[in-house]
Amino acid sequence: MDLGPHAAFIWLSYAAVTVTVIGLIMWLIADGWRQRADLDALERQGVKRRSSN
Amino acid sequence: MQTLTQRLANPTRFMELSARLLPWISWATVILLVYGLYLAFLASPADYQQGETVRIMYIHVPCAWLSMMIYGLIALSSFGLLVFRHPLADVSAKAAAPLGAAFTFLALLTGSLWGKPMWGTYWVWDARLTSVLLLFFLYLGLIALRSALEDEGAAAKLTAVLALVGVSLLPIIKFSVDWWNTLHQPSTDFTSTVDPSMRLPLLIMALAFTLMFFAMHLKAMRNEILRRRVKALRAQAVAGRDRFGASAAQGAAE
Repeated sequence: MDLGPHAAFIWLSYAAVTVTVIGLIMWLIADGWRQRADLDALERQGVKRRSSN
Repeated sequence: MQTLTQRLANPTRFMELSARLLPWISWATVILLVYGLYLAFLASPADYQQGETVRIMYIHVPCAWLSMMIYGLIALSSFGLLVFRHPLADVSAKAAAPLGAAFTFLALLTGSLWGKPMWGTYWVWDARLTSVLLLFFLYLGLIALRSALEDEGAAAKLTAVLALVGVSLLPIIKFSVDWWNTLHQPSTDFTSTVDPSMRLPLLIMALAFTLMFFAMHLKAMRNEILRRRVKALRAQAVAGRDRFGASAAQGAAE
């Protein structure tokens, strides 16, 4: 694909968006895992939400 | 009859509903992104003035749109917190702020990378660019203010007040190209100023980015609800230990 004399600017723009979006998705997934693991650890210790009793 | 917001006021119900919605929104985003990228790179022509550089617009415009839409959502959530004390309003505002900052940063960066070959410069202190830069700083301010305060309730209220004050920036950004003589081109009118061959990829990419944001926002809200549950359970565990310790000490004293 020939993107002309300004191809570097185009590729750099798409690369920046791709890296940022993938970074956000990975951060969200990792954060979700961490919270879920903390919640499970507390429940294993017998600490349960009052509403779930 | 309960309204949708009243039904969603229960975090447990929100968690159930969002778990069902998230895969659908995520898959719709992937399909639209693939289609949008196909249109942007393979099925749309180069612009007669911008040449191939017009392809940057297919990501710059959606990022710029999101930067303002997300702030609007934060302002709406802040209003919901301060006026209606909706239990999920602060969760929504807190979850949206880093996403808004990221998309505003991308709007500035892609605009800058488009500006160099088209305007001959990465940056000018023109009204549109400067007001979007202020929006980026406002997002950072919201995040910093919240993390600077330990009391979560106070942090939520103060951040909401700042978000509502900052909403005055949105019309300035929107109309900056009309009110001042700027290097940035006037607002895009999708019905008349964009050629149909470029309108479709732009619309598809804007829709894909919007859905992508909503998927990320739902996930970030779910994470925040879990974080608050963890915090509440830890407090509950500490309170339980304190009670047990106090009654054990009292028993020993008797």
